[in-house]
Amino acid sequence: MGDAAREIRRIAAELFDGKKIDVLIGFEKGSDGYRSRPVFVSSAAEAERLAWDATCSHNLAVYLPSLFRRGPQKKGAESAPPRVGVVAKACDMRSLIALAKEKQAPRESLFVIGVPCRGMIDARKLEAEVARAAGGVEVTALVDGEEAVSVETADGRALSFAREPLVHDACLECRFPVPRGADVMVEGHARPAGNNGDALLKEFAKLSETERWQKFQAEISRCIRCYACRQACPTCYCTECFAETNSPAWIGVTTELSDTMIFHIVRIFHQAGRCSECDACVRACPMGIDLRPFTKKIAADVREMFGFTPGFDLETPPPLLTFREDDQQGFITEPHRG
Amino acid sequence: MSEAAMDQGWQPRIVAFLCNWCSYAGADLAGVSRMQYPPSIRVIRVPCSGRINPLFIASALQSGADGVLVSGCHPGDCHYLSGNLVARRKFALVKSLLAHVGIEPERVQFSWVSASEGGRFASLVEKVTEDVRKLGPQKKLAKVP
Repeated sequence: MGDAAREIRRIAAELFDGKKIDVLIGFEKGSDGYRSRPVFVSSAAEAERLAWDATCSHNLAVYLPSLFRRGPQKKGAESAPPRVGVVAKACDMRSLIALAKEKQAPRESLFVIGVPCRGMIDARKLEAEVARAAGGVEVTALVDGEEAVSVETADGRALSFAREPLVHDACLECRFPVPRGADVMVEGHARPAGNNGDALLKEFAKLSETERWQKFQAEISRCIRCYACRQACPTCYCTECFAETNSPAWIGVTTELSDTMIFHIVRIFHQAGRCSECDACVRACPMGIDLRPFTKKIAADVREMFGFTPGFDLETPPPLLTFREDDQQGFITEPHRG
Repeated sequence: MSEAAMDQGWQPRIVAFLCNWCSYAGADLAGVSRMQYPPSIRVIRVPCSGRINPLFIASALQSGADGVLVSGCHPGDCHYLSGNLVARRKFALVKSLLAHVGIEPERVQFSWVSASEGGRFASLVEKVTEDVRKLGPQKKLAKVP
């Protein structure tokens, strides 16, 4: 058990003992070594289940809106909202602030245990490495070292891999690896902040229009419309999604290509001013669709056009709820005359 | 434009979302003033350009529109004061995202036309029709029946 896990358990137990929170969302050890599993803990004794290692990739902010969603309340007799503790990496923290900004989770009801992030291990990359070294065996334990990740396989072998190549692409590019605005911070060091200046997007933009369309079509044509990307995304919190309403039925529910493409275009658009680029959607995709060249576009555009980076302060209004008189409008069509 | 489309005398079909207070009145003025412009647009009147949901645009393209034109009041002239200014941000993102995934930017165009600009409206429709005609029929997002 790492120091961070011990520290998280101690803080959690203290919070429960002091009756500061009703429930805490964190991670526990998963059923294999590749992944950790989100867990809801509601007592100091249960807090012993909490774990923390390099496989805690999920964005836990996704669970928050449903905890605060309540039916109509009788005036004067409103029940108090739950007090929720959350173990948060920097990306979880940013999503949580984005939710608080949109009144989906009151910040004052949250107690955030911030954990500096060294970059999470991509289970798919690790699986591929293990498969190459030892065949497709299960991994029973994972030890995260400074430079290397060592794993124990189900057939008793010990393997070791360099850490950096196993880290999620999102983490490699992460510009904010330290959570800002947490109520308490767990000690530890974070990876250096990256900034590749949206290299992926620039690379993609270099392709011709036809090539970009072909790539988009090729990726999206594999979509099975399971909506895992939507469910995994913390800031996709509508109770009724345009993809499933039937009045109006915006798009069909099958995997017909135009329906699927519109679903993805609009889903990505809906993250404007919200997306913390945590890549939860990419990780959730069972088909391994490479959504990154598309999802990152909306975040980059919001940053460039409106100078807004989501997830840091509660005061700035969301960029699409406001305007400036001098917003750029170079895209407006000017007719030849008139 | 494809040979086949040219042979069949293909005409672009453009869905035009016009705001009630400026652009729709501008289109009306163009008509009352007997200005000539291509008969390529199908007008949908909306209360304000701020009413435009990107899904309107996507649905139009999916239903087989060759192009989409959205027009509202000039910035500062919105009947609802700031509807078009909020919409402008949304439009900028939609236009950029559609272009990014490889849909021709000329397919979806945004403009401002006031109630007194009949000439500008006629000219705008000419320009958009010309642009879309060059691209040919829109097949990328059209749902094949």
